[in-house]
Amino acid sequence: MLQWLPENVSTYGQSVDNLFYAIYYLTLIVFILVMGTLIFFLIKYRHQEGKKADYIEGSTTLEIVWTAATTVIVFVLAMFSYPQWNNIKSPTQFPENPDVVVQVSGKQFNWDMTYPGPDNEFGTDDDLELENELHVPMDAVVHIRLTSVDVIHSFFVPQLRLKQDALPNRFINVWFEATKAGRYEIPCAELCGFGHSGMLGYLNVHTQADYDAWVQERWPQ
Amino acid sequence: MHDNEHTEHHHEESFISKYIFSLDHKTIGKQFLIYGLIMFFVGGGLALLFRWQLAYPDQPLPIIGASQQYIDDGEVVTGADRMWERIYDSDKEEWLEVNMPSGVITPEFYNMLFTMHATIMVFFVVVPILVGAFGNFLIPLMIGTRDMAFPILNMLSFWLAVLAAIVMVLGFFVPGGHASAGWTGYAPLSADPQWTGVEWGLNLWAISLLLQGFSSLVGSINYITTIINMRAPGMTFFRMPLVIWSLFIVAILLLLAFPVLSSALALLIFDRLAGTTFFSATAEGGGDPLLWQHLFWFFGHPEVYILILPGMGIASELIAVFSRKPIFGYRSMVYAMIAIAFLGWIVWGHHMFQSGMRPGLGSIFMTTTMLIAVPSAIKTFNWMGTMFRGSIRFTTPMLHGIAFVSMFVIGGLSGIYMANTPVDIFIHDTYYIVAHIHYVVFGGSLFAIFGGIIFWFPKMYGRYMNDVLAKIHFWLTFIAFNCTFFPMHILGVGGHMRRISNPQQYEFLQGFEGMNIFITMSAFTLGFAQLILVFNFFWSMYKGKVAEQNPWQVNTLEWEAPTPVPHGNFGQIPTVHRGPYEYSVPGEESDWIPQAQPEHAPATSGD
Ligand code: HEM
Ligand SMILES: [Cu+2]
Ligand SMILES: [Cu+2]
Repeated sequence: MLQWLPENVSTYGQSVDNLFYAIYYLTLIVFILVMGTLIFFLIKYRHQEGKKADYIEGSTTLEIVWTAATTVIVFVLAMFSYPQWNNIKSPTQFPENPDVVVQVSGKQFNWDMTYPGPDNEFGTDDDLELENELHVPMDAVVHIRLTSVDVIHSFFVPQLRLKQDALPNRFINVWFEATKAGRYEIPCAELCGFGHSGMLGYLNVHTQADYDAWVQERWPQ
Repeated sequence: MHDNEHTEHHHEESFISKYIFSLDHKTIGKQFLIYGLIMFFVGGGLALLFRWQLAYPDQPLPIIGASQQYIDDGEVVTGADRMWERIYDSDKEEWLEVNMPSGVITPEFYNMLFTMHATIMVFFVVVPILVGAFGNFLIPLMIGTRDMAFPILNMLSFWLAVLAAIVMVLGFFVPGGHASAGWTGYAPLSADPQWTGVEWGLNLWAISLLLQGFSSLVGSINYITTIINMRAPGMTFFRMPLVIWSLFIVAILLLLAFPVLSSALALLIFDRLAGTTFFSATAEGGGDPLLWQHLFWFFGHPEVYILILPGMGIASELIAVFSRKPIFGYRSMVYAMIAIAFLGWIVWGHHMFQSGMRPGLGSIFMTTTMLIAVPSAIKTFNWMGTMFRGSIRFTTPMLHGIAFVSMFVIGGLSGIYMANTPVDIFIHDTYYIVAHIHYVVFGGSLFAIFGGIIFWFPKMYGRYMNDVLAKIHFWLTFIAFNCTFFPMHILGVGGHMRRISNPQQYEFLQGFEGMNIFITMSAFTLGFAQLILVFNFFWSMYKGKVAEQNPWQVNTLEWEAPTPVPHGNFGQIPTVHRGPYEYSVPGEESDWIPQAQPEHAPATSGD
């Protein structure tokens, strides 16, 4: 089933996929065991003439065993997940000194990208605004300042394994580092009105040389 | 003389007081059942409309859609074309023209369709049937009393629900169209008409839910009071059937959860009509969109357990009766339900992992959510333990009980993926969630409802439902259900977002066209299979095989009452001597001992 996952092109994407796979195999095994046992019971204990059911009211030992076992399993799973989650979403744990900082703002029904320009400050003359086109270099840490001017949108790049809602009057920081050049879609994943379907931007991941050329073109020195 | 006349008058109730404004809990239960079935068709019809759009984006609907020739060069070919010609010629803006010109669903209408599909299924089908119908019908009968504590409140609860349904359906026909912000109604999309163009539609949505909430509230007070105060002699709490336990717990959840939704809705109405900004973060106002999400899900997560707990209760009855065995771990079943009810209050944040809530909170909510999977697992193991070394009868209700357990297992397991915060980053707001919801609510609650209807039908109407039809309905539903909803997991893994009207707009979803078509065809099959159930239901009411008093040989008290159950239920209130699941007791000749049977009496029939 997991071969349907889009190709992963971010540094942390693999850790998400690994958890995905781990849960997949875990749940698959549980599913097969439970269904197998159920079907076995249904056949073995089907009604047969002259055979009565056994009067069994339960078993405290079994109750304790399966309660403890499931509790342990889900906690182990949680333990493995905390660090990955923090790595992706906790601003205090982001890689410092980003190579690129961009503000992405949702607006019915577009993504507005704002580059701070050479002075690295938003709201100055050299800012660059682009509609629906995000350009970043490969193998570089990118910080996104996510916001919205109207309703809630959600910034989703399937290949990066990144999704984050964009809220009006709030700036939420996310980061990523893309590992492969290419052009990827940025759909909006949160219902935002009649144009929600088709609200679509593009993430252009360039090789460093291409990116430098792009920068040179925008801010000629 | 005079006296005599009076009593006679009392017995012959008029049609109105007997069938319409009835105070009898059984009639009110049946009213809720029929109400739920009607709304089931409304909600299902909406789903088929938007499934068409997903499989064949921007193509005219079958039957009512215009032909391609007509769309291309205005040439009238089919009967539908003639209808569209007339609609376009008229000066009025007709409803069809606004919402589906030439039979093509507009994006605005698409959003209304899925919003109302979910709203109707959750609030007007599953809750009314599980809680309204089964709760009303079963509680007094199964605890051994003559009626609910407050019959007038009970009637009020039903008629409020009718009013709410009327208001909800009317919303489709007001200018600007119906609510289109999803059943979750996220602000600020829902809080300000400028973002959707929907004016009164969304107000009516909120008002209808307020009414429905009030109806549930009134009903829950009634259930709680009845169960605490009116149990038959000997019916201790731990002799109550599990379905009564589940309804009792659900009533408490309803009582506590609905006021939260009601307050949120009231604030939303203020935002929309009085210019407040509780849920909007504008420069002028100091509200917060996340406040809505917190309030909604603080209600919403308990609500999803309201949708499943009675299903668990019904499944427990079916599995014990048809395995001819006591429930495995009766007490741990009760404790597991109580645990779910408690934990259900501290997991709401799992709907908000990607919302911008503090990431640290996400970790906490992941932990609590993982914890709530534990009681769900306990229940599953206990159902299997109940079948273990049983003598399983594959009656149609039992098939539904088994389907309930297996589908619930899938729904519970898919919950683990989403509870896992890093994985949820990817699958949040995709079809993975849609698959999960339907495995728990359709695969879970609805199979329990179908099983329950067939199981209690003989007590409700004195006749059996036709078993051949019921079996055909079961197998068609089971297969079509899985064909419809299982592939949605795959769509989710592919990143297919929910709530989009045209997946073809995205490069990365191009490969899913075939799967979307397959899902839509399965969904239509699933929809049409339900016609069999409804036909069977109404046909069997009049033509079904007449049932004896206790056709399935069940221990619980509802089967002690004569069929059809008279006003007041029991001739003499039964006394309860034992727990509800004394099946196959060693040393007994019969494999069942009714709860009301005195000690040491020979076990023969129901009374
Ligand atoms: C093992 C138990 C369960 C777990 C761990 C679980 C977990 C979750 C999680 C984490 C979400 C949010 C996913 C997201 O939006 O990204 C979710 C959504 C949902 N769950 Fe469950 N769930 C469980 C059982 C149930 C049950 C029993 C029901 C109802 C009968 C249910 C109904 C729903 C619904 C309706 C939604 C989606 C709401 C929406 O966004 O429209 N779940 N579940
Ligand atoms: Cu959107
Ligand atoms: Cu939840």
